[in-house]
Amino acid sequence: MIPQLKTRYTFSRELVIERTWPFFLDLTVAAGLLAGFYAILWVARFWFSGAIPEVQIYRSPAHLPIYAFYSTVRIFVAYLLSLIFAISYGYIAAYNKRVEALMIATLDILQSIPVLSFLPGVMLAMMSLFPSKQIGIELGAILLIFTGEVWNMAFSFYSSLKSIPRELNEACSINRFSAWQRLFQLELPYATIGLVWNSMVSVASGWFFLMVCEMFPVGSRNFRLPGLGSYLQTAASNGDTVAMIYGIVTMIMIIVLTDQLLWRPIIAWSDKFKFENVEASVRITSPVLHLLRNSNLLGTLHRSTFAPLSEQLYRRIAHRNERRFSHGESTVTPTSRRSTAAMITVATIAIAAIVYAAFRAILLLRQVHGNELLALFEGAGVTFLRVNVSLLLASLWTIPVGVAIGFNPKLANITQPLAQIAASFPATALFPVLLLALSRLGLGLGIGSVALMMLGTQWYILFNVIAGAMAIPSDLKEVSDLFHFTSLQRWTTVILPGIFPFLITGLVTASGGAWNASIVAEYFQLKDKTLTTTGLGAQISAASLHGNYPTLLLATIIMALMVVTINRLVWRPLYRLAETKYRLEG
Amino acid sequence: MAEPIIRAQQVEKFYAQPSENRIQVISPTDLSIVPGEIVALLGPSGSGKSTLLRMLAGLSQPSAGEVLWHGKPISTVRINVSIVFQSFALFPWLTVLENVEAPLKARGMAAAERRERSIKILDTVGLDGFQAAYPKELSGGMRQRVGFARALVVEPEVLFMDEPFSALDVLTAENLRSELLELWQKKTIPTQSIFIVTHNIEEAVLLADRIIVLGRNPGHVRTDFKVTNLAHPRDRKSQPFTQLVDYIYKVLTRPDVTPDMPNLEPGRKVRDQRQMHYEMLPHARPGGIAGLLELIIDLGGRTDIYRLADELAFEIDDLLPIVEAASLLGFLKVGEGDVAITPEGHEYAESEILKQKEVFRKAALEHVLLLRQITRALNNKTDHTVPEDFFLDMLDEQFSEEETQRQLDTAINWGRYAELFDFDASRRRFILPEVDETAESVEGVEVE
Repeated sequence: MIPQLKTRYTFSRELVIERTWPFFLDLTVAAGLLAGFYAILWVARFWFSGAIPEVQIYRSPAHLPIYAFYSTVRIFVAYLLSLIFAISYGYIAAYNKRVEALMIATLDILQSIPVLSFLPGVMLAMMSLFPSKQIGIELGAILLIFTGEVWNMAFSFYSSLKSIPRELNEACSINRFSAWQRLFQLELPYATIGLVWNSMVSVASGWFFLMVCEMFPVGSRNFRLPGLGSYLQTAASNGDTVAMIYGIVTMIMIIVLTDQLLWRPIIAWSDKFKFENVEASVRITSPVLHLLRNSNLLGTLHRSTFAPLSEQLYRRIAHRNERRFSHGESTVTPTSRRSTAAMITVATIAIAAIVYAAFRAILLLRQVHGNELLALFEGAGVTFLRVNVSLLLASLWTIPVGVAIGFNPKLANITQPLAQIAASFPATALFPVLLLALSRLGLGLGIGSVALMMLGTQWYILFNVIAGAMAIPSDLKEVSDLFHFTSLQRWTTVILPGIFPFLITGLVTASGGAWNASIVAEYFQLKDKTLTTTGLGAQISAASLHGNYPTLLLATIIMALMVVTINRLVWRPLYRLAETKYRLEG
Repeated sequence: MAEPIIRAQQVEKFYAQPSENRIQVISPTDLSIVPGEIVALLGPSGSGKSTLLRMLAGLSQPSAGEVLWHGKPISTVRINVSIVFQSFALFPWLTVLENVEAPLKARGMAAAERRERSIKILDTVGLDGFQAAYPKELSGGMRQRVGFARALVVEPEVLFMDEPFSALDVLTAENLRSELLELWQKKTIPTQSIFIVTHNIEEAVLLADRIIVLGRNPGHVRTDFKVTNLAHPRDRKSQPFTQLVDYIYKVLTRPDVTPDMPNLEPGRKVRDQRQMHYEMLPHARPGGIAGLLELIIDLGGRTDIYRLADELAFEIDDLLPIVEAASLLGFLKVGEGDVAITPEGHEYAESEILKQKEVFRKAALEHVLLLRQITRALNNKTDHTVPEDFFLDMLDEQFSEEETQRQLDTAINWGRYAELFDFDASRRRFILPEVDETAESVEGVEVE
């Protein structure tokens, strides 16, 4: 029936699109699939090979492609795990009233915990789980990137589920959609756009952490993973400028390629999930997406494998539901009672485990001396200052520049993709280079760390200010021209209030990033020399290097508490203000 | 009489409150849907029309009472119903065809059969050739056709419609209505009964074989009658038609005097709005009230509201809150579908703006308890500010969460206009205008 239908009912739009080189396109896709398959085999062979006690990192550019490949694989394995976890977590949180509040609060706190504090713990745990295999360190690195990527995605999915219009949900219920059909026809499509944008942020932060955790010392042991991060660090500690340039260029290439081959096609594709009921005038286009959509090979593959499988699945689910319904299902109560009992048992065990672990942690904390505690508080204060100075400095240049760009659409078209790439470039890749330059200038890490924090976070502010300036309606600008506002008046009555919500969004992201960056920025090992400065981040780094777990734990708690407190006391009220007073409607 | 398909027995809906009271949305109601008729459910907003529809369709569990499907409890049997939604509720990421196929897919129908049936029904509703389009490419009327197709493709025994035409323009709505009627009368669709919720009186009289009018606070059936003396197609200009419209209009505007009903059982503990503390503020703006009064003065100070709505091309539902607000404030007297302006109303409509505010202030303080309380609280506190929550807590004893906020929003709107108090939206506090000078600068940014 398919061929006949094809002539009559095939979607006319797809026939209209000009199709050149279909064979060539198919070949490209086939090559891509084969390459992907081979790559997986290769990675597996490397992972399951015996442990290489001390991985040698070569500085020759010939090794760069393979290093870049390893790093990219780590990023995407971690990303896939994050995606699966985020969807499950969001789903459970949104549909289980009993655990919802707890799960969301947990998310809020987990989001504020500095990931890098867990580096030594996770690595050692993974090493002991897989003592003789490289895979232990690999999994450790992936787990760390995962924890840096997952929370915002989970939150995004959860809030999408929560904001599904009531009538759409009812349309599913009245038509007896199974949970499976609901997921694929309502929930996932509705959440897609949020998930896509959050994925981009997540992958960027994944690179940030990967650069650090590919090569780091814990106590006397030195962990190394072959990858771009370890390449750059090795190059920096040997003062090899050429190798550093090679490494950074490779990094830029990866970012640009990811943007072109992955994000742009995905964004263009996700356009169809926009919930608004009017067609957007401006659309992101992607030749890659065009290629995939028009590939005969993929189309045939879909028709011959995925489509019949899903048909079968739908039919089976429907029949099962029907059977279950006709049987009357009078067994509801006992099963639910049994499941409640099981849940109580699980909850009890979980609570007991948590209580025990917390108790052990508190015992651990007792080992921290009074004066050490004082030092930690001092460090927290200094890092707090440093984070805010870096935000202030970043705002000082990004606000005027961002507004200038945003008011000039031509300039914005050119710079916005650049800013996007700059924002996804991991600042940690540049740290060694920048530090080397600073130390040649004779500047200490006290100033250097502020520069390092800015490096990582200013793009978020710039990015958002540009978007904010573009969103100011032109009639407001015309009013200020008409009445000859002075520039001060223009800034205080039109521009600053107009960009305020966007600025806050940028600052929140930047602030979180700066706190996390402090761990790397305040303490750095370069050429057997340790550069350090006072600060909570430095204390965390030092504690993890020396295996001083009580201090590490306490410092991490202090940092998490500070981030949570600042979020609650400063950013959340500002956010509310942005949403009520400074919202530009229409 | 035929055996009912759906029968609701003493169904009611209420929300439990922490205190002893509960918010009653719908008081115990009996209702049945029999084959062969189009039932229209009319009622002012807040009378629980949609809630009742959802209970009858099995989407929502009644708090008490029971809904039966062919004599069996609705939750224990497979029912065959569909809903056409006001917002269409189409999946924007699926094509027209995929949208219509989705319910069949859920029933596990094979791909070929599914497609054939979907295309046939799309043909029936006049969407032939639009299979591959996405809903966002279609006009509102076309989208609702997709909504119809999706509802009809499962061949429902009862077709529910929740204000299906109210998001469409007048002509499109008229067109779709007559097409629906044609499908129904020619038995093109195997649907046994149609249950339509609407706030448009003419629409109800145009379509229905039976009309049920709900009253509010809490929702209850005011009247339930068959339309016997009108043959299809019905003529809006004919006398029986306009008489019926007038009758329903009177029932809707005079909540206190309908002879039949009430369905409240005296033994049950149901809170009645009329004994409540706060009157329900109609959601109207002071400017709208003044506009209405001026119009009535132009018409000689007395008019029939139904004519007025017709002349203004207003939906009754949009006009009613303004009329109610004017009558609550003592500017209008309502009786038998007619309204007459009072001397205060005259004074309010014809004064200049400052005087107008003064008249409004006086009337508001005299007639609206909530405004009186807010003003008194502000004057009594030394810092002349009161948080919003204080009043929310008092109101939510009596109104649903959503309604509480709307009540307070209306009160804020009226109070600001009357210069009784101001409201700081960022701190969510009421303030006396003289006290907080800084609030002035805020107003410029806000978009009303």
